Parts: sequence; C-alpha cells; structure tokens
Amino acid sequence: MNQASGPEIERLIQLLAKLPGLGPRSARRAALHLLKKREQLMEPLAEAMGEAAAKIRACAECGNLDVTDPCAICASQRRDPKVICVVETVGDLWALERASAFKGRYHVLGGVLSALDGIGPDQLNVAKLIERAGREETSEIILALNATVDGQTTAHFIADKLEGASVDITSLARGVPVGGELDYLDDGTLAAAFKSRRPA
Amino acid sequence: MSAAGPDTPPSTAAPASAAVTRLKLTNFRNYAELDLSLDARPVCLFGANGSGKTNLVEAVSFLGPGRGLRAAGADAVRRHMAEGPADIWAVYAEALTRDGPVSLATGADPADPARRRTRLEGAAATQSELARLFPMMWLTPREDRLWAGPRADRLRFFDRLVLAGEPHHGQTAIAYEKAMRQRQRLLDQWAETGRIDPDWVHALEREMASAGTALAAARLDALVRLQGEIDERPETRFPKADLGLEGTLEAWLAEGLNASEAEDRFLDALAGSRRRDSAAGRSLTGPHRTELTARHRAKDQLAADCSTGEQKALLLGLALAQCAALARARGAAPVLILDEACAHLDAARREGLAAAILEVGTQAWLTGVERQLFEPFGAQAQYVEVENGRAGAVS
Ligand SMILES: Nc1ncnc2c1ncn2[C@@H]1O[C@H](COP(=O)(O)OP(=O)(O)O)[C@@H](O)[C@H]1O
Ligand SMILES: [Mg+2]
Ligand SMILES: [Zn+2]
Repeated sequence: MNQASGPEIERLIQLLAKLPGLGPRSARRAALHLLKKREQLMEPLAEAMGEAAAKIRACAECGNLDVTDPCAICASQRRDPKVICVVETVGDLWALERASAFKGRYHVLGGVLSALDGIGPDQLNVAKLIERAGREETSEIILALNATVDGQTTAHFIADKLEGASVDITSLARGVPVGGELDYLDDGTLAAAFKSRRPA
Repeated sequence: MSAAGPDTPPSTAAPASAAVTRLKLTNFRNYAELDLSLDARPVCLFGANGSGKTNLVEAVSFLGPGRGLRAAGADAVRRHMAEGPADIWAVYAEALTRDGPVSLATGADPADPARRRTRLEGAAATQSELARLFPMMWLTPREDRLWAGPRADRLRFFDRLVLAGEPHHGQTAIAYEKAMRQRQRLLDQWAETGRIDPDWVHALEREMASAGTALAAARLDALVRLQGEIDERPETRFPKADLGLEGTLEAWLAEGLNASEAEDRFLDALAGSRRRDSAAGRSLTGPHRTELTARHRAKDQLAADCSTGEQKALLLGLALAQCAALARARGAAPVLILDEACAHLDAARREGLAAAILEVGTQAWLTGVERQLFEPFGAQAQYVEVENGRAGAVS
C-alpha cells in the first residue's frame, strides 16, 4: 500500500492496473494523468463509462455489443442474412468491420474452448449458433477463429456440431499465419483470407 | 529448363550464416553495461571462472527463439546488485542475417518487467521469425550427461537441432504440447467426475494429430539429412554416431506411410487410448515420448555406455555435422555456442574442432578459461577477454 496517497487514489490505481496492457507502474502514471486533466479527461471519461455501462448490451442474436438489441448489424437490411461469420470476440468483429471484408452477419462465441482455463462449450455461445445454422435462410457459416491451438480446436468442435445442418462450413484460409490473431492482422491480409476461404 | 535449374548448387556468394556484429548488454546478469563490436569470425571468450563468459553467450542465445541456453525466465537475468535487482535489462544486437543487416532487441517488457519482450527492427517478432533469422545451437556443460540422462532431455536437444533447420518446429512443438495438456485436463476431469464431452476431446485430438505428425516428420527429415552428412563426412577427430528415433509416429512415417495416413492412424490411436490416458493421468502415446538413440560407430557401443570424454566428443561431432548439413542444405549454418567445450579436449581434438568450425563458416562462440585453448584458430577468430562483468576485444 502506498502511504503517500489516500485510499481513493489507491483504488483507482488498482482498478486501472486490471486493464489489459497496464501494469502497476503504468496504472500509476495513468491515474496521475487523469487527475491532472480532471476536466478535459477524467470527468468526461467517467461519464462515458457510466453511460456505456448503463446502455450497452449484448445482442441476443449474435453476441455483438451495441445500444440496441438486436444490434445494428443484425437489424440491417443491407447485410446478407445467408452468411454467418463466427468470431471469438467482439474485438475480432471490429477488426473485420474495419477491413470491410465481409457483408454478412456475425456470431460472437465469447471466447474459445480451453480446458485449462475452465472454458467449456457451455461457457460459449454455441447453442444459439446451432439454432441459427438450422434456419432456412442460413446457407454458409464461416469459422473466422484465430489460428491458435485453442481457436482451431474450437473450429473443429463447431464444425462437428454443425454437421447435421445443411449449411456450407468454411474457414479462413491462407493469409492467417499460424499463431496469428485476427485483431493484429492488417486489412489487406484479412480481405485475402476471406476471399480464399475453404471448406472446414 | 533454364540454366539455373534445381541442380545448380547454391551460390557461395549468398549471404552466409548469421553473425552478430554488435552486442550491447544493459543490466544483464553480471554486466552493468557492455558494448562489443564484432565481425563474422568465430568469437573466443576467455577469462577466469565466474567472470561472465557463460552469461555473455547466454545473451547471444537470447537472440534466437526460446528461453536461451539456461532456459531462464526474464526475472533471473536482470542484474542483481547490493541495492537489489536492476529495473530494466536489455540485450541489443546488430547482426548480419539471410535478410541482410538487422537489429534485434530483447529485454524486460516496460509494461511488465517480469516478462521478456523481443523486437526485430523495432517491431514485435515471432519465435518462428527468430528461428529463421538466427538459427542457433549450443552445447554447454549441462549437456555433458545427455546420453546417460533423462529421455526428455535428449529429445529436447534433438528438437533444437531440428529447429535450427526448420523454423516452425518450435511452434509446432508448442501447439502439440498445448493440445495434449488440454486433452489431458478433460481426461483427468473424466476420471474425477465420470463426465466427458467426446466431441471436445476429439477436436483436441485432431490438433494433436496434425501437430504431432508435423513434429515427427520434421524430426525424421532432419535425422535422415544428419545421418547422411555423418556417413559422408571424412573421418575427423570426432567419432561418428549412428542415430535412431524410436517413436510410434516416426516408425509409421519411416515405414512409408504418408503424412495424412500417419495422422489418421495417430488420431485413431488417441481415440483408443482415452481410457488408459485417463487412468494414467498422462498421455502414453505420441511424439512427446520419442527416444533419440545413438551408438558410437567405431566402438559399436551405445552412447550411454561410452566414457564421459567419448560422450562429449559424440555430441560435438553431432553438432558439427548438423552445422555442415544445414550449411549444405540451406546455404547457411546456425550460430553455434560451445560453452567450455574445449576444456576437456586434447590438443588434437581442439585442432579438429577449430578446423571443422572454420570449414562450415559459422560464427561460433566458444568459451574457456585460457586463451591458449583457442590457439588453432589463429587469426581466423576474434578474441574477447572477460573479467568480472566486463569484456573487451583483444588482438
Ligand atoms: N542476475 C544476476 N545478477 C548479477 N550477477 C549474476 C546474475 N546471474 C548470475 N550472476 C553472476 O555472474 C557471475 C558469472 O557467471 P558466469 O557467466 O556463469 O561465469 P563464467 O565466466 O564462469 O561462465 C557469477 O558469479 C554469478 O553469480
Ligand atoms: Mg561458465
Ligand atoms: Zn447482433
């Protein structure tokens, strides 16, 4: 415990340190920066966070995060309802949207299978995917999972579960390097990966 | 067919083996600061016990993939002083590689100093990229008991030889191990609770089968190339070895099964061994159980039964043959670190070692307590004197 600052500041630092990419040292720096820019940054940030926490929800259809449910992508008439792209996280969905590589709809699993981390099929949004795959309108499911061991294991698992549904199951092909994470790929690579997808 | 057909030998003018041209250490082990300028010749380090020779070559091993020659974590290498550990440590190098000159830095991650971060030309580097640019092999006193020691150590040693020629081998091994651990967790839970999701286990077994087959195939390729090199080499001061890999997958591939047949058969074997693996608490079949065997050819004796000196000579012979095989196949030899390798060699063998290193044209890093140990290199090596956390080139 830092004797020099009060419990409020300590609490702020401890919470900031839980953010990805921030260690205790950078959390301390961020806290100081916020306190220095109280009006320009800290208060608007607190307000934005409060609003986001109150209004943003997970889309019951696809798992995307938005202020509406269904989300804007699921509600859009301009998105192709026949093709569903399965991603691990909303971050991956954002990466694909940034690349404008895909015009269909999404399904966010909310993670990947990992026995060591206690994440099993029940913790993932798989049942809803099976339901969506079984619908008349669905014709193709693209498994856009990361080329990690856990990502590929999850892709095999889902492909097996969807065997009964009359849909084409494809996965992103060339371009996604082994061990690669979608979030870190450049837009051109992502677009190429979509074009050269192959049966899973 | 054009003039440059597949039979054309690789151009000898092609950028050869990787070589460190500058090495800078900051708060690394017993070095507060070090800045060494080098050329592509072998580097001979000499100095008293405890002066920092192994630390220095460990820093070099940090330029390649993995955790270096002591398998140390990021926390162990930062310099400890009387006042406590230094905050930030770093190894910076400039090097000639097959891609031309590059700069490489590895050190404490500023966001989380207990972790190590590696940057190539200022950008994040993957392990496979490092393995491609800095193929690396080492022999240290730890390997002295390799032939008589645990099977897993021998396999790890051989996998490092393979990795020097196949940059993805390390990632494949990690993928295999990871899928295996995940599967074992499910099988352990099965033993505890009686519940299991066969589809989940099957998905993991598919990953194990594909990574496992790639592992075994890469090992077998490397073994065939290495044994070919050993067989064709003229007799040297280092004894020839007859090598073997005893493993289920390796055996299937050696029998002539193609990779996808072997993969299918391994997948079936995994499905069939779930109960056994569940009861045992570990995976009983697969390429993680492979045994590397070696016989001293001239003595027709198992390596493990040879004298300590002969065992060491066998290892040196293997490392040198692998360097030569890779120089032939890839046009570039790996960086070879030999920590205290000369100490137990007689004068004739020391001469043989220098000749073999110079012939391959690798930037070898050798350590020893006295400069005289490296006499056979003459002017064809560069010499660095190490003294209590300081090191400098001497002519
Ligand atoms: N993290 C560290 N901080 C400071 N000194 C260290 C650290 N790790 C090892 N040392 C010291 O470095 C010294 C030299 O070690 P080493 O390179 O193995 O010597 P040698 O020249 O015999 O190979 C040892 O005395 C050891 O205690
Ligand atoms: Mg030493
Ligand atoms: Zn939605």
